[in-house]
Amino acid sequence: MGVTVHTRVNGQPIEREIEARQLLVYFLRDELGLTGTHVGCDTSQCGACTVWLDGRAVKSCTVLAAQVDEHEVTTVEGLAETVPEAQRIEGLHPVQAGFWEKHGLQCGFCTPGMMMTAAELLANSERLSQQEIREALEGNICRCTGYQDIVDAVAFAAEKMGVSVERDVTASI
Amino acid sequence: MIPAAFDYYRAKSIQEAFFAKQQAGADAKWIAGGHSLLPMMKLRLATPPALIDINEIDGLSGIRLQADGLVIGALTHHAEIAHSEEVVRTWPLLAQAAGLIGDRQVRNRGTIGGNLAHADPASDLPAVALALEATLVAEGPSGRREIPASEFFVGPMTTALSDDELLTQVRFPVPSGKVGSFYCKYPHPASGYAVVGVAAVAQLGPDGKFQAVRVGVTGVGMWAYRAETTEKELVGKLPTQENIASAAQHAVDETDVSQDLFASEQYRTHLAALYTVKALQAAVQAIQ
Ligand SMILES: Cc1cc2nc3c(=O)[nH]c(=O)nc-3n(C[C@H](O)[C@H](O)[C@H](O)COP(=O)(O)OP(=O)(O)OC[C@H]3O[C@@H](n4cnc5c(N)ncnc54)[C@H](O)[C@@H]3O)c2cc1C
Ligand code: FES
Ligand code: FES
Repeated sequence: MGVTVHTRVNGQPIEREIEARQLLVYFLRDELGLTGTHVGCDTSQCGACTVWLDGRAVKSCTVLAAQVDEHEVTTVEGLAETVPEAQRIEGLHPVQAGFWEKHGLQCGFCTPGMMMTAAELLANSERLSQQEIREALEGNICRCTGYQDIVDAVAFAAEKMGVSVERDVTASI
Repeated sequence: MIPAAFDYYRAKSIQEAFFAKQQAGADAKWIAGGHSLLPMMKLRLATPPALIDINEIDGLSGIRLQADGLVIGALTHHAEIAHSEEVVRTWPLLAQAAGLIGDRQVRNRGTIGGNLAHADPASDLPAVALALEATLVAEGPSGRREIPASEFFVGPMTTALSDDELLTQVRFPVPSGKVGSFYCKYPHPASGYAVVGVAAVAQLGPDGKFQAVRVGVTGVGMWAYRAETTEKELVGKLPTQENIASAAQHAVDETDVSQDLFASEQYRTHLAALYTVKALQAAVQAIQ
């Protein structure tokens, strides 16, 4: 069955006729060519497909494209534009800059999803502990880094965005 | 993985949803957050011929503290419940349980209505709804009815809702007297679902003894239940470690204990008693 979807992706109005069963992640990748959003597990576990739906991090392999009709989607390609220009670091979102600065990635497969979850956390927090950063990233799996550099990257971004991060001893063990 | 083809209807009102359901037939399914249904459809464990999307229906989302209780719309996301000040103030264990579901992204998309209607044997919220004696409000083409949580979960992934009924809201009575509550979960290390989850509500009388005890258990059997023997054994007794531990030995009396690759029947039975003790002790502590 065909369904019409009117949506905004990274601020751009989009209208498409799609199959009802098309998942949001394939809509983004195959229809719109936004391949920054990855498919890892395809079973709602790994978080590689995380995008924002109306500003909230969701797993796009577990949302129908038809369900974003009249809603707003943000992918990693549009992440930098979610913060004011003054907060960007050489054009990047502070979270992107943090991953660069703190070596938050190795193969990079998990990175777009990690960044979308982390950036949503920071957009909705005033203060955080390292433990809270870890818990927020629970739904994002990384096979390479061992996570510490990712937590450091998010803490780096937090500082740039005026979110205070308490150091707690247990989290870094 | 791609679900089998289906027809899709986007309902903008409850009436539209009922109409679409009537057209699409008994096997059509409502879709809310899709976080239980879509994974099953992708694995082709479910192949509904049609989905009726209820997300755009106005008035089915939100949290209100009213005289008759804490009312939560069926489409309210887990994340909103976990962070709601009204919920934290009224029933902290509900916020706690919602905050322990899956992960951040799952909580942003999954809904309380979907969680209860799906009635997964390892879901967290059924245990809480039971312990809080929630009322589930359902609407269907023939009208509205209220179902007590104790009559809602009737079998494995089976509820008292009929095919054409929508769960519209969940109402939790507000606590009165010296009441404490706690939700304790042993999560499956891979899936995050409850291997065992225990929701406990304890009320002490002026004499310091248990006046009321309610224990909702999930993950242990094929559907969530109240550990009534444990509850009855505690009423009228002092909340001592000994009394609680002895009553918790009956935590699985009301169910057939499941077993799977992760937890044997014996291990689950052990965990159920242990988590009943933990949840009850924490509930008592939360009173002071
Ligand atoms: C990775 C992952 C981890 C998870 N971990 C947990 C966990 O730890 N604990 C836990 O409890 N849950 C967990 N869940 C499940 C999650 O909470 C789901 O969101 C929830 O169970 C279903 O809600 P939904 O809104 O997504 O419902 P949907 O998937 O849309 O629907 C589920 C079922 O309920 C029916 N339904 C939905 N809404 C209504 C309604 N208003 N009235 C009548 N019927 C309705 C649908 O027809 C369908 O049959 C997890 C899910 C995922 C993907
Ligand atoms: S691809 Fe969506 S969670 Fe792994
Ligand atoms: S950097 Fe390789 S999976 Fe995370």
